[in-house]
Amino acid sequence: MRTSTFVVTSVLLIAGATSALAAGSEADFKAAYAAAEAANKEAGSLRNQWTVTASALAAAKKAADAGDFDKAIASSKEAEALAKASIFQATSEKEAWKALEIR
Amino acid sequence: MRPVIHFASAALALAALAFTAVPSAVAADKPDPVADAKAFRNFFAQKFPKVKLEDFVNGPYSMNEDMHRQWEEKEQFPPYEFSLDMGKEMFSKPFKNGKSYADCFPNKGIGIRQNYPYFDAGEGKVVTLELALNRCREANGEPPFSYVKDEMAALTAYMAFTSRGKPFDIKIPDDPRALEAYQNGKRYFYTRRGQLNFSCATCHVQTPGERIRAEVLAPALGILNAMPIYRSEWSGMGTISRRFTTCNSQIRGVPLNPQDDEYRDLEYYLSYVSNGLPISGPGARP
Amino acid sequence: MASTIRVRATSSGETTEVQALIQHPMDSGFVKDAKGEVIPPHFIQELTFEYNGKSVFVADWGAAVSKDPYVKFSFKGGKKGDDLKISWVDNKGATDTATAKIQ
Repeated sequence: MRTSTFVVTSVLLIAGATSALAAGSEADFKAAYAAAEAANKEAGSLRNQWTVTASALAAAKKAADAGDFDKAIASSKEAEALAKASIFQATSEKEAWKALEIR
Repeated sequence: MRPVIHFASAALALAALAFTAVPSAVAADKPDPVADAKAFRNFFAQKFPKVKLEDFVNGPYSMNEDMHRQWEEKEQFPPYEFSLDMGKEMFSKPFKNGKSYADCFPNKGIGIRQNYPYFDAGEGKVVTLELALNRCREANGEPPFSYVKDEMAALTAYMAFTSRGKPFDIKIPDDPRALEAYQNGKRYFYTRRGQLNFSCATCHVQTPGERIRAEVLAPALGILNAMPIYRSEWSGMGTISRRFTTCNSQIRGVPLNPQDDEYRDLEYYLSYVSNGLPISGPGARP
Repeated sequence: MASTIRVRATSSGETTEVQALIQHPMDSGFVKDAKGEVIPPHFIQELTFEYNGKSVFVADWGAAVSKDPYVKFSFKGGKKGDDLKISWVDNKGATDTATAKIQ
């Protein structure tokens, strides 16, 4: 009896987990991608985009085109994080560069 | 993938914190290029007391005896010879309208490379040799060349060759815009960029003579004097524009366009602080 | 058309030192161009230096030699004022020859 309860619970848990994963939709991807693009655009205005951000965006688009929205969302979020890091870098370097200067 | 992002952000945050701990005496009101250049030279002279001032223009070859010996041998039959010959030919060939490069430059374009870049008061911007060459072409109805290699490299190779031995003689006129361009170039040089978080100074001020992967790093002093260069890594010639853009992408920063303001100002700064050192271009590098 | 071979031969009495720079694309056939298409192999297969009708140096090259190859070697003998003949053949059947006086 316990075994079957265990099995049923496991099946329910797995089903729950799977349905959570399957929640990544095209709409979710578009939102994540737009956020990443906006951040990268801001980095661009600071003249400080990273090549890896562009690669992540490209990977996101490629996954989306193939219908794998979970992967596309993950790549978009990665791109956004990279873009934000590049913005942080440009902003902090506005003062930080002076520490390296030969005087 | 995720751990990489966190690491990069964390590294940046740490770096930022480390730098904010610096005393506030760093702020300067008006840039003093004369003092900067002197400090720049002294820094490298102290770091490499055995290197003669004029030898800094040989980059990694001045940093490593074995490489110096190999380079001396190679200079008897330098790999840039073909490009140099092509440049000489190109320079003397007239445009379709009958004019030639000589008409665009002082002294017919011979022996003037050491004066570039210069600050153009009319335009309010820095003008580099590469930029001047393409402008000359366009003013005479010819299409511009790519800034990074081939024809542009050949032309600048020839012009550098006619200036061999002449000391860099970059002028900063008493014009706030010129000083601002100089300062912009200096700031670009020391600013960290790219996912690898390197500035030009990271390699060329903090670690010249040491290796990055298999390459021996050149000192920033005199680093443009040998341009354009035949680089074995490229199996061909490359201009200052090529080096700036590829350096950016190597540290995972999206390069700007050749001859964008930042690059022009950077060339201005780097050339100025190397004033007095001889033009040695065209050059060869690993 | 200008020769693709530049050569300098210097005799020290007992031996002659030869340096040569040869202009040739030396395409390995493994590199792709900007459009993603393979650049076909085009390289020197045989390089010969002759003195007094005898080969003093023969190189059998392949795809591993880089563009615009530089060669340096020494051979016993060789008198000032004598001729040194250099020739190469590539995989497309093209050839070039040059003669230099030993200095």
